[in-house]
Amino acid sequence: MDADTQKVQLLITKHNTEKKALISILQDIQAEYNYLPQEALKIVSETLDVPLINIIGVATFYRSFSLQPRGKHLVTVCMGTACHVRGGPKILEEFERRLDIEAGETTKDSQFTLETVACLGCCAIGPVVVVDGNYYAQTTIRMVGPILKKYKKKEKKNEAH
Amino acid sequence: MINLKINNLEVKAEEGWTVLEAAKFYGLEIPTLCYNEGLSVYGGCRLCLVEIGEGPKSKLVSSCTYPVEEGLVVRTGTKRVIEARKMMIELMLSIAPNSKAIQDLASKFGVTQVRFKIRNEECILCGLCVRMCAEQMDGRAIGFQNRGYKRKISTPFDIKSEVCRLCGGCMYICPVCQLKCQGPDADTTVCNACLTMDPTCLDYYDELQCWMYDAGRCGTCVRETPEKSDSKEQTRNSKAKEKNV
Ligand code: SF4
Ligand code: SF4
Ligand code: FES
Ligand code: FES
Repeated sequence: MDADTQKVQLLITKHNTEKKALISILQDIQAEYNYLPQEALKIVSETLDVPLINIIGVATFYRSFSLQPRGKHLVTVCMGTACHVRGGPKILEEFERRLDIEAGETTKDSQFTLETVACLGCCAIGPVVVVDGNYYAQTTIRMVGPILKKYKKKEKKNEAH
Repeated sequence: MINLKINNLEVKAEEGWTVLEAAKFYGLEIPTLCYNEGLSVYGGCRLCLVEIGEGPKSKLVSSCTYPVEEGLVVRTGTKRVIEARKMMIELMLSIAPNSKAIQDLASKFGVTQVRFKIRNEECILCGLCVRMCAEQMDGRAIGFQNRGYKRKISTPFDIKSEVCRLCGGCMYICPVCQLKCQGPDADTTVCNACLTMDPTCLDYYDELQCWMYDAGRCGTCVRETPEKSDSKEQTRNSKAKEKNV
Protein backbone atom coordinates (compact mmCIF):
# COMPACT_ATOMS: atom_id res chain seq x y z
CA MET A 1 0.00 0.00 0.00
CA ASP A 2 1.65 3.17 -1.14
CA ALA A 3 0.94 6.54 0.30
CA ASP A 4 -1.38 8.63 -1.77
CA THR A 5 -0.27 12.22 -1.97
CA GLN A 6 -3.69 13.77 -1.65
CA LYS A 7 -4.63 11.74 1.37
CA VAL A 8 -1.44 12.68 3.16
CA GLN A 9 -1.84 16.33 2.23
CA LEU A 10 -5.33 16.24 3.64
CA LEU A 11 -4.08 14.84 6.93
CA ILE A 12 -1.51 17.62 7.09
CA THR A 13 -3.96 20.42 6.37
CA LYS A 14 -6.24 18.98 9.03
CA HIS A 15 -3.56 20.19 11.45
CA ASN A 16 -3.25 23.59 9.73
CA THR A 17 0.09 22.59 8.19
CA GLU A 18 1.76 23.47 11.47
CA LYS A 19 5.25 22.28 12.28
CA LYS A 20 4.42 21.78 15.91
CA ALA A 21 1.69 19.33 14.97
CA LEU A 22 4.26 16.93 13.52
CA ILE A 23 3.55 14.15 16.00
CA SER A 24 -0.20 14.41 15.54
CA ILE A 25 0.26 14.29 11.78
CA LEU A 26 2.47 11.22 12.04
CA GLN A 27 -0.11 9.60 14.31
CA ASP A 28 -2.82 10.21 11.73
CA ILE A 29 -0.69 8.78 8.96
CA GLN A 30 0.10 5.77 11.09
CA ALA A 31 -3.62 5.30 11.79
CA GLU A 32 -4.38 5.50 8.08
CA TYR A 33 -1.70 3.13 6.80
CA ASN A 34 -0.84 1.16 9.93
CA TYR A 35 2.75 2.34 9.45
CA LEU A 36 4.65 5.36 8.14
CA PRO A 37 5.33 4.90 4.43
CA GLN A 38 8.53 6.52 3.14
CA GLU A 39 6.61 8.50 0.54
CA ALA A 40 4.31 9.93 3.19
CA LEU A 41 7.25 11.12 5.29
CA LYS A 42 8.77 12.83 2.27
CA ILE A 43 5.50 14.62 1.61
CA VAL A 44 5.31 15.74 5.24
CA SER A 45 8.88 16.99 5.03
CA GLU A 46 8.19 19.05 1.92
CA THR A 47 4.86 20.42 3.06
CA LEU A 48 5.95 21.41 6.54
CA ASP A 49 9.39 22.50 5.36
CA VAL A 50 11.08 20.38 8.00
CA PRO A 51 14.23 18.45 6.98
CA LEU A 52 13.41 14.80 6.35
CA ILE A 53 16.10 13.67 8.75
CA ASN A 54 14.40 15.47 11.63
CA ILE A 55 11.11 13.78 10.86
CA ILE A 56 12.88 10.42 10.77
CA GLY A 57 14.42 11.26 14.13
CA VAL A 58 10.98 11.75 15.65
CA ALA A 59 9.45 8.78 13.87
CA THR A 60 12.16 6.39 15.04
CA PHE A 61 12.25 7.78 18.58
CA TYR A 62 8.74 6.71 19.55
CA ARG A 63 7.91 3.05 19.73
CA SER A 64 4.35 3.63 18.60
CA PHE A 65 5.53 4.65 15.14
CA SER A 66 6.67 2.03 12.70
CA LEU A 67 8.56 2.52 9.47
CA GLN A 68 7.84 -1.05 8.44
CA PRO A 69 4.39 -2.24 7.40
CA ARG A 70 2.60 -3.81 10.34
CA GLY A 71 0.19 -6.70 10.44
CA LYS A 72 -3.57 -6.32 10.77
CA HIS A 73 -3.43 -7.19 14.47
CA LEU A 74 -0.90 -5.81 16.86
CA VAL A 75 0.05 -8.08 19.74
CA THR A 76 1.98 -6.38 22.53
CA VAL A 77 3.45 -8.39 25.36
CA CYS A 78 4.51 -6.47 28.45
CA MET A 79 8.13 -7.01 29.48
CA GLY A 80 8.10 -4.47 32.30
CA THR A 81 9.61 -5.55 35.62
CA ALA A 82 6.36 -6.66 37.22
CA CYS A 83 5.17 -8.60 34.20
CA HIS A 84 8.66 -9.94 33.65
CA VAL A 85 8.89 -11.61 37.04
CA ARG A 86 5.43 -13.06 36.61
CA GLY A 87 6.35 -14.85 33.43
CA GLY A 88 6.15 -12.29 30.64
CA PRO A 89 9.11 -13.79 28.78
CA LYS A 90 7.48 -17.26 28.72
CA ILE A 91 4.33 -15.77 27.27
CA LEU A 92 6.31 -13.91 24.66
CA GLU A 93 8.08 -17.15 23.75
CA GLU A 94 4.74 -18.86 23.30
CA PHE A 95 3.54 -16.10 20.96
CA GLU A 96 6.79 -16.30 19.04
CA ARG A 97 6.45 -20.05 18.71
CA ARG A 98 2.83 -19.99 17.60
CA LEU A 99 3.24 -17.12 15.16
CA ASP A 100 6.65 -18.34 14.04
CA ILE A 101 8.18 -14.86 14.28
CA GLU A 102 10.41 -13.00 16.71
CA ALA A 103 9.36 -10.00 18.75
CA GLY A 104 9.33 -6.95 16.50
CA GLU A 105 8.43 -8.92 13.39
CA THR A 106 5.29 -9.39 11.33
CA THR A 107 3.90 -12.71 10.13
CA LYS A 108 4.26 -13.51 6.43
CA ASP A 109 0.51 -13.27 5.86
CA SER A 110 0.60 -9.74 7.39
CA GLN A 111 -1.98 -10.74 9.99
CA PHE A 112 0.00 -10.30 13.22
CA THR A 113 2.77 -8.05 14.43
CA LEU A 114 4.39 -9.02 17.70
CA GLU A 115 5.91 -6.38 19.92
CA THR A 116 7.11 -5.94 23.45
CA VAL A 117 6.63 -2.96 25.73
CA ALA A 118 8.28 -1.96 28.98
CA CYS A 119 5.33 -1.50 31.37
CA LEU A 120 1.85 -0.42 30.44
CA GLY A 121 1.13 1.08 33.83
CA CYS A 122 -1.22 -1.65 35.01
CA CYS A 123 1.25 -3.92 36.75
CA ALA A 124 -1.36 -5.19 39.22
CA ILE A 125 -3.04 -7.25 36.51
CA GLY A 126 0.18 -8.57 34.97
CA PRO A 127 1.38 -10.34 32.98
CA VAL A 128 -0.38 -8.14 30.48
CA VAL A 129 -0.96 -8.78 26.80
CA VAL A 130 -2.66 -6.25 24.56
CA VAL A 131 -4.15 -7.17 21.21
CA ASP A 132 -5.55 -4.33 19.12
CA GLY A 133 -6.18 -2.28 22.25
CA ASN A 134 -7.88 -5.10 24.18
CA TYR A 135 -6.15 -5.89 27.45
CA TYR A 136 -5.69 -9.44 28.65
CA ALA A 137 -4.92 -9.63 32.36
CA GLN A 138 -3.05 -12.36 34.24
CA THR A 139 -2.20 -14.10 31.02
CA THR A 140 -0.89 -17.63 31.09
CA ILE A 141 0.75 -19.69 28.38
CA ARG A 142 -2.48 -21.60 28.01
CA MET A 143 -4.36 -18.46 27.09
CA VAL A 144 -2.06 -17.63 24.18
CA GLY A 145 -3.65 -20.10 21.78
CA PRO A 146 -7.25 -19.03 22.41
CA ILE A 147 -6.34 -15.34 22.18
CA LEU A 148 -4.77 -15.79 18.77
CA LYS A 149 -7.63 -17.98 17.65
CA LYS A 150 -10.10 -15.25 18.44
CA TYR A 151 -8.40 -12.82 16.10
CA LYS A 152 -7.87 -15.41 13.42
CA LYS A 153 -11.58 -16.19 13.59
CA LYS A 154 -12.51 -12.54 13.31
CA GLU A 155 -10.52 -12.54 10.13
CA LYS A 156 -12.51 -15.42 8.68
CA LYS A 157 -15.83 -13.87 9.64
CA ASN A 158 -14.93 -10.62 7.97
CA GLU A 159 -13.94 -12.49 4.85
CA ALA A 160 -17.27 -14.31 4.79
CA HIS A 161 -19.17 -11.01 4.75
CA MET B 1 30.07 41.25 33.84
CA ILE B 2 29.59 38.18 35.97
CA ASN B 3 31.98 37.34 38.78
CA LEU B 4 32.77 33.76 39.54
CA LYS B 5 35.54 31.63 40.92
CA ILE B 6 37.34 28.97 38.93
CA ASN B 7 39.92 26.95 40.84
CA ASN B 8 40.02 29.66 43.51
CA LEU B 9 40.75 32.29 40.92
CA GLU B 10 38.43 35.31 40.84
CA VAL B 11 37.39 35.70 37.23
CA LYS B 12 35.01 37.86 35.27
CA ALA B 13 32.92 36.47 32.46
CA GLU B 14 30.48 37.96 30.05
CA GLU B 15 26.84 37.14 30.37
CA GLY B 16 25.89 34.17 28.21
CA TRP B 17 29.27 32.52 28.38
CA THR B 18 29.51 28.92 29.41
CA VAL B 19 31.85 27.81 32.18
CA LEU B 20 34.03 26.23 29.51
CA GLU B 21 34.32 29.48 27.60
CA ALA B 22 35.23 31.39 30.74
CA ALA B 23 37.87 28.80 31.67
CA LYS B 24 39.33 28.91 28.18
CA PHE B 25 39.46 32.67 28.26
CA TYR B 26 41.63 32.48 31.34
CA GLY B 27 43.79 29.76 29.85
CA LEU B 28 42.49 26.96 32.03
CA GLU B 29 42.37 23.71 30.16
CA ILE B 30 39.30 21.53 30.29
CA PRO B 31 39.31 18.51 27.99
CA THR B 32 36.43 18.28 25.52
CA LEU B 33 35.35 15.95 22.80
CA CYS B 34 31.86 16.70 21.56
CA TYR B 35 32.49 20.42 21.77
CA ASN B 36 33.59 22.44 18.77
CA GLU B 37 33.85 26.19 18.67
CA GLY B 38 32.08 26.47 15.35
CA LEU B 39 29.08 24.39 16.35
CA SER B 40 26.28 24.52 18.86
CA VAL B 41 26.89 22.70 22.13
CA TYR B 42 25.51 19.24 22.72
CA GLY B 43 26.83 18.06 26.07
CA GLY B 44 26.98 14.42 25.09
CA CYS B 45 30.47 13.16 25.87
CA ARG B 46 30.69 14.40 29.49
CA LEU B 47 34.42 14.81 29.17
CA CYS B 48 34.29 18.46 30.15
CA LEU B 49 32.81 17.74 33.58
CA VAL B 50 33.64 20.21 36.35
CA GLU B 51 32.50 20.40 39.95
CA ILE B 52 30.34 23.34 40.95
CA GLY B 53 29.25 24.49 44.39
CA GLU B 54 30.83 23.62 47.67
CA GLY B 55 30.50 21.05 50.39
CA PRO B 56 27.89 18.32 50.21
CA LYS B 57 25.87 20.30 47.68
CA SER B 58 28.58 20.31 45.06
CA LYS B 59 27.80 18.51 41.84
CA LEU B 60 29.26 17.59 38.50
CA VAL B 61 28.06 19.46 35.42
CA SER B 62 29.25 19.58 31.84
CA SER B 63 31.08 22.87 31.52
CA CYS B 64 30.37 23.20 27.79
CA THR B 65 26.66 23.59 28.47
CA TYR B 66 26.62 25.23 31.90
CA PRO B 67 26.17 29.01 31.79
CA VAL B 68 28.22 31.23 34.11
CA GLU B 69 26.36 32.56 37.14
CA GLU B 70 27.16 35.29 39.59
CA GLY B 71 29.12 33.87 42.52
CA LEU B 72 29.49 30.42 40.99
CA VAL B 73 32.32 28.33 42.42
CA VAL B 74 33.89 26.00 39.87
CA ARG B 75 36.64 23.46 40.35
CA THR B 76 38.11 21.72 37.36
CA GLY B 77 40.60 19.30 38.88
CA THR B 78 39.08 17.68 41.97
CA LYS B 79 39.33 13.97 42.62
CA ARG B 80 35.69 13.56 41.75
CA VAL B 81 36.16 15.32 38.41
CA ILE B 82 39.24 13.31 37.53
CA GLU B 83 37.60 10.01 38.40
CA ALA B 84 34.45 10.83 36.45
CA ARG B 85 36.48 11.92 33.46
CA LYS B 86 38.53 8.74 33.50
CA MET B 87 35.35 6.74 33.62
CA MET B 88 34.01 8.59 30.59
CA ILE B 89 37.20 7.87 28.66
CA GLU B 90 37.11 4.23 29.70
CA LEU B 91 33.52 3.91 28.53
CA MET B 92 34.21 5.59 25.21
CA LEU B 93 37.27 3.42 24.74
CA SER B 94 35.21 0.30 25.22
CA ILE B 95 32.89 1.45 22.46
CA ALA B 96 35.45 2.61 19.94
CA PRO B 97 38.99 1.43 20.75
CA ASN B 98 40.01 2.18 17.17
CA SER B 99 39.68 5.89 17.65
CA LYS B 100 43.00 7.64 17.88
CA ALA B 101 41.36 10.64 19.48
CA ILE B 102 40.06 8.51 22.34
CA GLN B 103 43.27 6.49 22.69
CA ASP B 104 45.15 9.75 22.98
CA LEU B 105 42.79 10.92 25.68
CA ALA B 106 43.32 7.65 27.52
CA SER B 107 47.05 8.13 27.52
CA LYS B 108 46.82 11.76 28.42
CA PHE B 109 44.63 11.14 31.44
CA GLY B 110 46.19 7.88 32.54
CA VAL B 111 43.44 5.45 31.67
CA THR B 112 45.28 2.14 31.54
CA GLN B 113 42.51 -0.42 31.63
CA VAL B 114 39.10 -1.05 30.17
CA ARG B 115 36.80 -3.02 32.42
CA PHE B 116 33.88 -3.07 30.03
CA LYS B 117 33.03 -5.31 27.16
CA ILE B 118 34.79 -4.07 24.04
CA ARG B 119 32.15 -3.23 21.48
CA ASN B 120 34.30 -2.08 18.55
CA GLU B 121 31.71 0.28 17.21
CA GLU B 122 32.34 3.04 14.74
CA CYS B 123 30.51 5.76 16.60
CA ILE B 124 30.34 7.16 20.11
CA LEU B 125 27.26 9.28 19.36
CA CYS B 126 28.99 12.57 20.00
CA GLY B 127 26.78 14.22 17.39
CA LEU B 128 29.58 16.31 15.91
CA CYS B 129 28.83 15.08 12.41
CA VAL B 130 25.13 15.88 12.73
CA ARG B 131 25.82 19.42 13.85
CA MET B 132 28.56 19.89 11.28
CA CYS B 133 26.23 18.79 8.50
CA ALA B 134 23.32 20.97 9.62
CA GLU B 135 25.09 24.05 10.90
CA GLN B 136 28.15 24.46 8.73
CA MET B 137 27.32 22.57 5.56
CA ASP B 138 23.62 23.36 5.48
CA GLY B 139 23.14 19.73 4.56
CA ARG B 140 20.82 18.10 7.10
CA ALA B 141 21.55 14.75 5.54
CA ILE B 142 22.32 12.76 8.67
CA GLY B 143 20.85 12.63 12.13
CA PHE B 144 20.19 10.62 15.24
CA GLN B 145 17.73 7.78 14.92
CA ASN B 146 16.03 5.42 17.36
CA ARG B 147 16.80 5.66 21.04
CA GLY B 148 18.42 3.83 23.89
CA TYR B 149 20.88 1.14 22.90
CA LYS B 150 19.59 1.24 19.33
CA ARG B 151 20.48 4.89 18.86
CA LYS B 152 22.55 5.50 15.77
CA ILE B 153 23.54 8.08 13.20
CA SER B 154 22.25 7.55 9.72
CA THR B 155 20.56 9.02 6.68
CA PRO B 156 16.80 8.77 6.19
CA PHE B 157 15.86 5.11 5.55
CA ASP B 158 19.57 4.19 5.68
CA ILE B 159 20.00 4.84 1.97
CA LYS B 160 22.03 7.37 0.03
CA SER B 161 20.79 10.78 1.05
CA GLU B 162 19.21 13.04 -1.52
CA VAL B 163 20.49 16.18 0.18
CA CYS B 164 24.05 15.13 1.05
CA ARG B 165 26.49 17.26 -0.89
CA LEU B 166 29.42 14.88 -0.40
CA CYS B 167 31.41 17.62 1.27
CA GLY B 168 33.04 15.20 3.69
CA GLY B 169 32.51 17.55 6.61
CA CYS B 170 31.04 14.80 8.75
CA MET B 171 34.09 12.59 8.30
CA TYR B 172 36.46 15.46 8.82
CA ILE B 173 35.05 16.20 12.26
CA CYS B 174 34.39 12.67 13.45
CA PRO B 175 36.74 11.60 16.26
CA VAL B 176 36.25 7.94 15.45
CA CYS B 177 36.45 7.59 11.68
CA GLN B 178 39.60 9.65 11.37
CA LEU B 179 42.97 7.89 11.18
CA LYS B 180 42.86 4.76 13.28
CA CYS B 181 45.08 4.32 16.29
CA GLN B 182 48.11 2.27 15.25
CA GLY B 183 49.33 1.56 18.76
CA PRO B 184 50.23 -1.91 20.02
CA ASP B 185 47.07 -4.00 19.80
CA ALA B 186 45.04 -0.84 19.77
CA ASP B 187 42.20 -2.62 18.09
CA THR B 188 41.17 -4.53 21.12
CA THR B 189 42.60 -2.80 24.12
CA VAL B 190 44.12 0.35 25.50
CA CYS B 191 47.07 1.49 23.47
CA ASN B 192 48.93 3.60 26.03
CA ALA B 193 51.93 3.80 23.71
CA CYS B 194 51.90 7.46 24.52
CA LEU B 195 52.49 6.68 28.17
CA THR B 196 55.40 4.37 27.54
CA MET B 197 57.11 5.88 24.53
CA ASP B 198 58.76 9.18 23.97
CA PRO B 199 58.10 11.43 22.18
CA THR B 200 54.52 10.34 22.10
CA CYS B 201 51.86 10.38 19.44
CA LEU B 202 50.22 13.12 21.45
CA ASP B 203 52.73 15.48 19.91
CA TYR B 204 52.58 16.22 16.27
CA TYR B 205 55.68 15.69 14.22
CA ASP B 206 55.36 17.17 10.83
CA GLU B 207 58.45 15.74 9.23
CA LEU B 208 57.95 12.14 10.34
CA GLN B 209 56.83 9.71 7.71
CA CYS B 210 54.51 6.84 8.36
CA TRP B 211 56.76 3.85 7.74
CA MET B 212 55.95 1.61 10.71
CA TYR B 213 52.42 1.40 9.47
CA ASP B 214 53.55 -0.81 6.62
CA ALA B 215 55.49 -2.95 9.07
CA GLY B 216 52.23 -3.58 10.87
CA ARG B 217 53.22 -2.05 14.20
CA CYS B 218 52.87 1.23 15.95
CA GLY B 219 55.40 3.94 15.50
CA THR B 220 53.60 6.05 12.96
CA CYS B 221 54.52 9.16 14.80
CA VAL B 222 56.53 7.71 17.64
CA ARG B 223 60.27 7.88 17.95
CA GLU B 224 61.94 6.37 20.98
CA THR B 225 64.49 7.95 23.25
CA PRO B 226 68.09 7.04 22.31
CA GLU B 227 68.79 4.96 25.46
CA LYS B 228 65.83 2.71 24.96
CA SER B 229 65.87 2.56 21.23
CA ASP B 230 68.69 0.08 20.51
CA SER B 231 67.25 -3.15 21.80
CA LYS B 232 63.71 -2.29 20.84
CA GLU B 233 64.73 -1.18 17.42
CA GLN B 234 66.14 -4.63 16.78
CA THR B 235 63.08 -6.54 17.83
CA ARG B 236 61.01 -4.22 15.76
CA ASN B 237 63.14 -4.71 12.71
CA SER B 238 63.10 -8.47 13.04
CA LYS B 239 59.34 -8.35 13.44
CA ALA B 240 59.07 -6.24 10.35
CA LYS B 241 61.17 -8.76 8.49
CA GLU B 242 59.03 -11.65 9.63
CA LYS B 243 56.08 -9.81 8.21
CA ASN B 244 57.71 -9.39 4.89
CA VAL B 245 58.64 -13.04 4.52
S1 SF4 C 1 29.19 14.79 3.38
FE1 SF4 C 1 26.94 14.87 3.37
S2 SF4 C 1 26.35 14.07 5.38
FE2 SF4 C 1 28.52 14.67 5.53
S3 SF4 C 1 28.49 16.80 6.27
FE3 SF4 C 1 28.58 16.88 4.03
S4 SF4 C 1 26.41 17.05 3.43
FE4 SF4 C 1 26.43 16.31 5.55
S1 SF4 D 1 29.84 9.33 13.44
FE1 SF4 D 1 31.62 10.28 14.45
S2 SF4 D 1 31.09 12.47 14.63
FE2 SF4 D 1 29.20 11.37 14.20
S3 SF4 D 1 28.32 10.97 16.22
FE3 SF4 D 1 29.53 9.16 15.66
S4 SF4 D 1 31.53 9.50 16.57
FE4 SF4 D 1 30.49 11.50 16.56
S1 FES E 1 5.20 -4.29 34.10
FE1 FES E 1 3.63 -4.90 32.75
S2 FES E 1 2.16 -3.37 33.11
FE2 FES E 1 3.77 -2.70 34.40
S1 FES F 1 32.52 18.63 25.57
FE1 FES F 1 31.09 19.05 27.12
S2 FES F 1 29.93 17.23 27.14
FE2 FES F 1 31.25 16.87 25.45
